[in-house]
Amino acid sequence: MIEVEHLTKYFGSTLAVDDISFRVEKGEILGFLGPNGAGKTTTMRILTCFLAASKGTARVAGYDVFEDSLEVRKRIGYLPENPPVYSDMTVQFYLDFNARIKGIDPKDRKRRVEEVMERCAIRDVKDTIIGKLSRGYKQRVGLAQALIHDPEVLILDEPTIGLDPRQIIEVRKLIKGLAGEHTIILSTHILPEVSMTCQRVVIINKGRIAAVDTPENLTTKLRGSERLFIEVEGPADEVSRKIREMPEVIGVTVETGRNGGRNAFLVDSKVEVDIRAQLASKIVGSGFGLLEMRPVGMSLEEIFLQLTTEERTE
Amino acid sequence: MRNMLAIFQKEMRSYFISPIAYVLAAVFLVISGYFFYGIVVSFSNQSLYYVQYSSRYGMQMPPLNLNEQVIRGIFGLMSFISLFMIPMLTMRLYAEEKRSGTIELLMTSPLTTVQTLLGKFLACFVLYVLIIALTVIFMVILEIYGSPEWGPIISSYIGTLLMGAAFISVGIFASSLTENQIVAVVISFGALLMFWVIGSAVIFTGPGAGRVFSYLSIIEHIVDFHKGVIDTKDAVFYLSFTGFFLFLTYRTVESRSWR
Ligand SMILES: Nc1ncnc2c1ncn2[C@@H]1O[C@H](COP(=O)(O)OP(=O)(O)OP(=O)(O)O)[C@@H](O)[C@H]1O
Ligand SMILES: [Mg+2]
Repeated sequence: MIEVEHLTKYFGSTLAVDDISFRVEKGEILGFLGPNGAGKTTTMRILTCFLAASKGTARVAGYDVFEDSLEVRKRIGYLPENPPVYSDMTVQFYLDFNARIKGIDPKDRKRRVEEVMERCAIRDVKDTIIGKLSRGYKQRVGLAQALIHDPEVLILDEPTIGLDPRQIIEVRKLIKGLAGEHTIILSTHILPEVSMTCQRVVIINKGRIAAVDTPENLTTKLRGSERLFIEVEGPADEVSRKIREMPEVIGVTVETGRNGGRNAFLVDSKVEVDIRAQLASKIVGSGFGLLEMRPVGMSLEEIFLQLTTEERTE
Repeated sequence: MRNMLAIFQKEMRSYFISPIAYVLAAVFLVISGYFFYGIVVSFSNQSLYYVQYSSRYGMQMPPLNLNEQVIRGIFGLMSFISLFMIPMLTMRLYAEEKRSGTIELLMTSPLTTVQTLLGKFLACFVLYVLIIALTVIFMVILEIYGSPEWGPIISSYIGTLLMGAAFISVGIFASSLTENQIVAVVISFGALLMFWVIGSAVIFTGPGAGRVFSYLSIIEHIVDFHKGVIDTKDAVFYLSFTGFFLFLTYRTVESRSWR
């Protein structure tokens, strides 16, 4: 449904998107994950024909976003990063305006507006001026706008930002419910959101794709190490130097400097080797006091950080 | 067509729910009304003087012309007020969409840049027509108390609207260049002022270049309309001027996707 090939975007001399390629199948929900400035919004803006790529191609439903921009735009519902609302319109008028510019048949307009208001839970504010709505309500109005013409493809840039916890759950449910008949790309910084809603994740950093996989695979496959948390009485650099001497250890991270010469560390070691006994004797044998030791599971957050942070302790 | 109408109605609505249209219309009416009053009073004083003069000395005076003095004065003034008013009507059109990010909605919806642009242009133009139409009251007053020639009045209205369209196209173009409405006003006012005074450049350029400058002058072409002459050359000037600036606007808006 969506095919992106070697997409590259320069803003002047800054490279915002660097040669990315991926595909999204019909009915799939793809999560776009990356830190600030990764290029998520830029990629989405290219897909929605707002920006032109510097190099590469993107096709939506078989239409090139550059050559057949109008055909692509007919099929896309887009929620930009900031909800594109007119603050002097009422919610109902705004949605009606959207229905008109998105080519909905005049006789269906009223019904469609009612439907999306119901779906996005904004009926109770339908006569309110949008400028007076809270951020979360504006976000929901923005989402309603993207859904109004029942598009084949939905592109949602951080759809749950600014919503309260209950609404976040509602919106995620809504998005999941849309999958199947709609193809969805959503971007987010929130990792649990990805594992909850998306079938596949593209992790993007500094304009490049760092990984593409299902959330489950990412958690297991990328778990290239076992991790231990230890708290030791002793100077941080010396302790970590000693620990690093062990061949099974991949990396050591100083977690926090604690009072009274205590330090906490995260020790990553090779998979399927239990180094706890050895590590304990190493620390004690080097003359430090071992205060605590426990294994920690690696969360999606950490995988994300590993993939997107450069200064890794390796 | 339907898309253009949607944009047109959105802009119209936005003009009428914000105070700006009313304030500008009121200011326009007050200023032109005041001057209308002033011009009429001075004209009637003059007529009185004429009457006394001719009865005292028994001389035949050349007839006074209501059209020349009152009507030309009023329309000249309307052009001048438009110079200030139109930048304020156009400043919002693109700048505000850019500032608030709604341009992203328009450009990712299935409507073309031309539809958006024409919708916006027409909304502003219709509002201008409505404001200018308020001055018909003055003409009616003249009709009741005097006998103006309607030919020049009608041609002056046509000229004023054509000139207004040209002003609006410059204003929209300025608005498409920036996301700051104040900057848009300054640019469009500056540009219009330049086209207003450019005819005077003939003072220091040679007559050859002077002809070009005076052709480009945006007020040079309204003179004949005020005299009751509708010259196609003048109409073509205003229309092509408008078309040119709308084209520039189109290019500017489209070029956003090339950056
Ligand atoms: N219009 C623009 N002009 C110049 N540079 C831009 C423009 N838009 C984005 N950039 C740059 O491109 C890079 C990618 O930005 P982008 O907005 O795509 O990131 P993002 O992944 O959406 O980040 P965030 O999570 O903060 O929304 C950034 O370095 C940004 O500074
Ligand atoms: Mg973004």
